[in-house]
Amino acid sequence: MEKLLVLVGAVLLIGFIVWWFFGNRKTIETEATMSTDKQQVEVTVNGGYTPNTVVLQQGVPASIVFDRKDPSGCFSYVVFPDFGINEELPVGEQHSIDIDTSKPGEYQYACGMNMFHGKVVIK
Amino acid sequence: MSVRNRFFVAFILSLPMLIEMVLNPLIGWEFPGHTWTMFALTTGVMIVAAGPFIRTAWAAFKNHNANMDTLIAIGTTTAYIYSIYAMLHHQPVFFEVAAFVITFILLGQVFEEAMKGRASSAIEKLLGLQAKDAEVLRGGKLVRVPLAQIVVGDIIRVKPGQKIAVDGVITEGSSTIDEAMVTGESMPVTKKAGDAVIGSTINKSGTFIFEATKIGNDTLLAQIVDMVKRAQVSRAPIQKTVDKISNIFVPAVLIIAILTFVIWFVLLGADVVTAMLYAVAVIIIACPCALGLATPTALMVGTGRGAKMGILIKNGEALEAANDIQTVVFDKTGTVTVGKPVVTDIIGNEKTVLALAASLEYSSEHPLAGAILEKADRLGIKVKDVKNFKAIEGKGVTATVASKVAFIGNVKLLGKTKLDTKLAHEMERLQSEAKTVVIVGADGKALGLIAIQDTPKDTSAVAIAVLKKRGLRTVMITGDNKRVAQAIADIVGIDEVIADVLPSDKADRVKSLQRHGKVAFVGDGINDAPALAAADLGIAMGSGTDIAIESGGIILVKNDLRDVATALMLSQKTFSRIKLNLFWAFIYNALGIPIAAGVFVWAGLALSPELAGLAMAFSSMSVVASSLQLSRAKINATHYS
Repeated sequence: MEKLLVLVGAVLLIGFIVWWFFGNRKTIETEATMSTDKQQVEVTVNGGYTPNTVVLQQGVPASIVFDRKDPSGCFSYVVFPDFGINEELPVGEQHSIDIDTSKPGEYQYACGMNMFHGKVVIK
Repeated sequence: MSVRNRFFVAFILSLPMLIEMVLNPLIGWEFPGHTWTMFALTTGVMIVAAGPFIRTAWAAFKNHNANMDTLIAIGTTTAYIYSIYAMLHHQPVFFEVAAFVITFILLGQVFEEAMKGRASSAIEKLLGLQAKDAEVLRGGKLVRVPLAQIVVGDIIRVKPGQKIAVDGVITEGSSTIDEAMVTGESMPVTKKAGDAVIGSTINKSGTFIFEATKIGNDTLLAQIVDMVKRAQVSRAPIQKTVDKISNIFVPAVLIIAILTFVIWFVLLGADVVTAMLYAVAVIIIACPCALGLATPTALMVGTGRGAKMGILIKNGEALEAANDIQTVVFDKTGTVTVGKPVVTDIIGNEKTVLALAASLEYSSEHPLAGAILEKADRLGIKVKDVKNFKAIEGKGVTATVASKVAFIGNVKLLGKTKLDTKLAHEMERLQSEAKTVVIVGADGKALGLIAIQDTPKDTSAVAIAVLKKRGLRTVMITGDNKRVAQAIADIVGIDEVIADVLPSDKADRVKSLQRHGKVAFVGDGINDAPALAAADLGIAMGSGTDIAIESGGIILVKNDLRDVATALMLSQKTFSRIKLNLFWAFIYNALGIPIAAGVFVWAGLALSPELAGLAMAFSSMSVVASSLQLSRAKINATHYS
């Protein structure tokens, strides 16, 4: 009886893990706020990048403000391979990174160990 | 709290438990209040040292993410919470498992951080080379001006021992300059008025004045730094496969751990504690970081190393392409050769012939004219005034010099007049040596010949020999005629010559060579852009001050062909280090997880969670250490010739 319970529990747990981590989810896109000549968007760094996808307008100087709340070593750097950006994010500080918006497209970024991902869409 | 401090807290709190673990079997010693003290110590470790892991794991979980912290948090809290339950029911406890695992993992992270700092320091060192200020001419006086205030067009004085502030061109004076920090060239270079100087290099011997041409982000050093930065964060194509694995890695490990528990507890009838310890060991030993660190750290060290040698690898893609190159195609002019024709032979009375030729060519724009004027200048021959200058398309030049009708040109210019047998014979000999020969004469009579040739660079022969020794096929491609090209190829030892190729057809020739294997194209980056792009790997030779960053996958700052072999070698070493790192990271997980799950218990091979924690800490550390080895690897291709 005890073993049967464990078995059922294990199956449920595995099912939950698969559903939670691999299930399809809608990504939330956030558009940058425009001021007269530039745009800015804030991304919270806490167990991931929230919002996960930010949308920037092409041709307008843009900056993403990273607010790192997570002390994990994973997040100590943010890397944009397409822009050659590899910057340190201090914990508990707002750190602004300028993004070159001259070319439209989708650009992935990630933490230093490439475990957490975020996306920038320029259109 | 920093990783280092968290480690110390975890270490100090774990120490009594470690001492007890060692002494207990020997003398049966237990510290006072055994279980409750362990509970208190471990609780301290969990709150202070493991807290950040748990917070990140929770935050990540809410975002449907999982990473290394997830594994550490689940593994240690499982052991901790079970031990509290066991303590209340007076059963054996496993507090030390949680405490030791946290201590070991933090120890690993402390080392890892220090090593990663070393891996990325190369590029910061480059920027530290910049001069802080310079002596600039302002309002007719030389004043010290900070680097940031220098503008293009400023006239700057540099004394011996001083650093050159920005890129520019010498206007007055001459000196020898140590450019090692930017180009990797170990020998100081002699520079005089009209020569370009590079910012951040060191003036050795003389005082000179130069005009600033490039400042700030436009300087060669700034461009190099920018490029290396980009290269260091770029992703090698091999990384894509790794990414796919690491995306599902952590959830997969959690599922394996659950299965481990179920199999031990339900199928094999083990007790809860044994089954739980196996499951915890699986969670702890799995190391996604080793996979994640394998490529970036090697790329960082490899590209940084290259930058110091004047070899700029643009990205991981170029690095990977360099790995299986079979054919190296060279552009001839300016790449294999100096790119500047020089006078090699003068037949007839040297002074008379050269004086006449120089006077005639003084107003000419023909590329060969420069060679003749330079030779005359070097021998101290003065140019005479000419009248009635006439350039005859495809033939040569005529003019009146000292009341005689003088001429310089090819055989066509002579018309019906014949060369005497001696000159005709000499002409044939020189032409067979692949030299361009011009006839100099006056009043319808040939007085002598001048042979002009673009000579191979001193280093070309060695460079080709090294490449051939590495088993590469060497090909030279040129717009010159077959005879001239073959002569150069013979001198430097190139296997194959493709001559008479129009500049626009170079890319097509490269494409046809690609049918026999991967091709690298080596060119000067300005005229050869299509061929550089068409090749599997484009290697652009810098002219020293201008790097055509867009043009190649690898850029050689020095104009030295030997660097081609060195660049290929560095790329191959870096790439094989990436593969080695990935191999170990995979093998580590592929073997470690089954061992931790107790698959090999029948053979007496098992791991406690503490040992799993130690193994995990050292696996990610060893990947970083392996990448750092690259900075010491022997990478000097010509060394072996």
